Amino acid sequence: MEELAPRDEAELEEAIAWAVAREVPLAVEGEGSKRGFGHVVEAGRRLTTAAMRGVSLYEPAELVLTAGAGTPLREIQGLLDQQGQQLAFEPADYGAILGGPAGRGTLGGAVAINASGPRRIRAGAARDHVLGFRAVSGRGEPFKSGGRVMKNVTGYDLSKLMAGSHGTLGVMSEITVKVLPRPETEETVVFRGLDDAAAVALMTRASGLPTEVSGFAHAPDEGGRTGLRLEGPAVSVAGRRESLLKHFGGEAEVLADAASRAFWEEVRDVRMLAGRGEQLWRLSVAPADGAAVAARLAQAVLPVAGRLFDWAGGLLWLALEAGRHGAAVREGLAGHAACVRAPEAVRAAEPVFHPQPPALAALSRRVKESFDPKRILNPGRMGEGL
Amino acid sequence: MSLTMPAPEAAILENRDRLIRRLRAILPDESVIAEEAGMRAYECDALTMYRQLPLVVALPETVPQVQAVMALAAEMNVKVVPRGAGTSLSGGAMPLGDGILLAMGKFNRILEIDYENRCARVQPGVANLAISDAVAARGFYYAPDPSSQIACSIGGNVGENSGGVHCLKYGLTTNNILGLEIVLMGGGIVRLGGKHLDSEGYDLMGLMTGSEGLLGVITEVTVRLLPKPETARGLLLAFPTVEAGAGCVADIIAAGIIPGGLEMMDGPAIRAAEDFQPCGYPTDAASLLICELDGEASEVDHLVGRVSAMARDAGATTIRASESEEERLGFWAGRKNSFPAVGAIGPDYLCMDGTIPRGRLAEVLAGITELAGRHGLRVANVFHAGDGNLHPLILYDANRPGDIEKAEAFGADILKLCVAVGGVLTGEHGVGVEKRDLMGTMFTQADLDQQQRVKCAFDPEHRLNPGKVFPTLRRCAELGRMHVRGGALPFPDLPRF
Repeated sequence: MEELAPRDEAELEEAIAWAVAREVPLAVEGEGSKRGFGHVVEAGRRLTTAAMRGVSLYEPAELVLTAGAGTPLREIQGLLDQQGQQLAFEPADYGAILGGPAGRGTLGGAVAINASGPRRIRAGAARDHVLGFRAVSGRGEPFKSGGRVMKNVTGYDLSKLMAGSHGTLGVMSEITVKVLPRPETEETVVFRGLDDAAAVALMTRASGLPTEVSGFAHAPDEGGRTGLRLEGPAVSVAGRRESLLKHFGGEAEVLADAASRAFWEEVRDVRMLAGRGEQLWRLSVAPADGAAVAARLAQAVLPVAGRLFDWAGGLLWLALEAGRHGAAVREGLAGHAACVRAPEAVRAAEPVFHPQPPALAALSRRVKESFDPKRILNPGRMGEGL
Repeated sequence: MSLTMPAPEAAILENRDRLIRRLRAILPDESVIAEEAGMRAYECDALTMYRQLPLVVALPETVPQVQAVMALAAEMNVKVVPRGAGTSLSGGAMPLGDGILLAMGKFNRILEIDYENRCARVQPGVANLAISDAVAARGFYYAPDPSSQIACSIGGNVGENSGGVHCLKYGLTTNNILGLEIVLMGGGIVRLGGKHLDSEGYDLMGLMTGSEGLLGVITEVTVRLLPKPETARGLLLAFPTVEAGAGCVADIIAAGIIPGGLEMMDGPAIRAAEDFQPCGYPTDAASLLICELDGEASEVDHLVGRVSAMARDAGATTIRASESEEERLGFWAGRKNSFPAVGAIGPDYLCMDGTIPRGRLAEVLAGITELAGRHGLRVANVFHAGDGNLHPLILYDANRPGDIEKAEAFGADILKLCVAVGGVLTGEHGVGVEKRDLMGTMFTQADLDQQQRVKCAFDPEHRLNPGKVFPTLRRCAELGRMHVRGGALPFPDLPRF
């Protein structure tokens, strides 16, 4: 497919205005690392943000960074690393999740899917870290929202709307995010041998304690590994480790710095389930229900090839063998289920994203129309009408 | 008063009696207030300089009643102004003479507390602090803590995206809610989110938060509950100059420390607080920092040591670390009293709410001092130093002719200064009517048009809280029109590969 690669907002405006005038739908992407996520877009051209790249502002003491939407995350992370800072929402490597090459993905892409990793429970998702942006709407008109300061309620918070909109409302040219200090040290306390129910019960109890934990995950593989991450000054991490061990008994292994980081990268990128099953589903549920939901789905005779719990049970990753599973996964589910990875034919046959009740679906369509009335930007990627 | 509101619509005023009859068919008699004496209680919110009697006050107590009122309003083409506790500082709940004031005060129940999932489902009229109080015995709290938390309602907090002194570390309302139920104009109802974290689909909950009652009426909120930190200690740090205090703030953040609270007061604010109720603040200081560190005890002690050392290096003349809970609360006493303290010398004050990049603080405070001289009014500054949110308190006397106008003009100049240095008009109080006419200093017409198009997706007839936030109301049909251009241009310079 022919590709448009605007280098700045003016070229972006020109490209979208052209597409609007010719009514040519555009497939919007950054490096294309998440092309396999969402419905297939019937587009006439591909529009990439990849040429709108580079960090234009980084003030570590102000905790703020502005970059072109097409700036690779690895470039931003490298820069932050030098100052002992990080993107606290821990964007996953979707290259790895979707079975492509690792290490790809742009800032715009991370925001467009509202990326979030294991630290979601404390630090939030991408949506919680976007301070402002500039974009061109599906009307071909440039607009901005937010700013570069931490606290801002001036006008509607369109940053929230752009986060998770999969490029269906506007194409961002520039994004300003909050960055945060990287913890001095980290450790992970791993409890072994727990089944799903016991692991979720432990995580539920631990997350009600004043002991600050920045990650709660349970991988049923290797006999069961339930990891609780502690971050902060060394003295404090040690104190919290002892209090967790006292609380939950001594049968635990402690992963220090590099080993701890490796464990959480595996969780973040769902590597525990790599190569398993044909499809990968992501369920967001009430945390304490996590194990019960997984058990119910196993009873529904779904061909479960693997599972992984994050967010203290609130995020359930399911690897499933071939088939059409949307209805069975979603039946009676109090939460949301999205199919993150599946062959094109499956994504064409059933909804990738959780279907919405009619009133909400109608409202979402009107929001889409308010940005992109001619349905130029990623039409249908998030489902019918969006 | 220089504020211009949309002209009352004659058709609405003529139908007032019929509207009241129809409302009385939906609500119990005592829940429809139509007499002037009863409506006086609702004529303003906490931005008391603007007052207006509503067309009628409706006090529903069930969600179906809210839906019925919203359906009736759409049918009769009447405007609606939602109101929580009426503590808005920006006039967000200021009534309209041709609008129903929809007061949500009867929605005052906590519906469910779910400790396992660390959340609570509450009705919108529940006071912010009442949530924390209800879960305190189990060691939990609700993090956002606006100064008015004893009175302000959670529904209003969502409408305004309220912050508080702890939001640098714990976030604003938008970062601390999981679900909403909203009634739309026309009476339709949607539920967003739930007890789970993110879901796919447009983040309409994020959009609703801070939308100032222009998009829908909030009828239920699911809030996140956090375990209370094991311990908290305060540091009281005084500096001989504003620059030294600001420098210390930058040092703390740059060292990777995110305090639970980090507040600054300038000389006039320190002295006003100390005169109001002595709490041991050094009155000769030019800036005072209150730094609160919370978390695990050994971590807090460690950080108290580090911050004290940084303050010493930055030239602090007073460094006191709290050794007891009583002492920590004592450090906060003056700061928490700063608004009434300034009110005591005012006799009236106007509280501004800009946010600036922190590094520009000294420059902005100098600019404010200069503006104070030019406008002939006094000002005291309190500052959420960690996140750059500045609250200049402009002192004036409402009984002195011309003072209100002077205060408004001074306030507008301060906000323009905030925008000029890269900041914004409002950090946590909302635009409302107060900053509505300044929106153009921060946004282009195209920016505002796109925001209004979003409004049109929810409320195409502009019936919900019109006259707030946007300086000019544009018809949705006009906003929806496409100006197609560029079709003939092959844009030859655009790289294609």
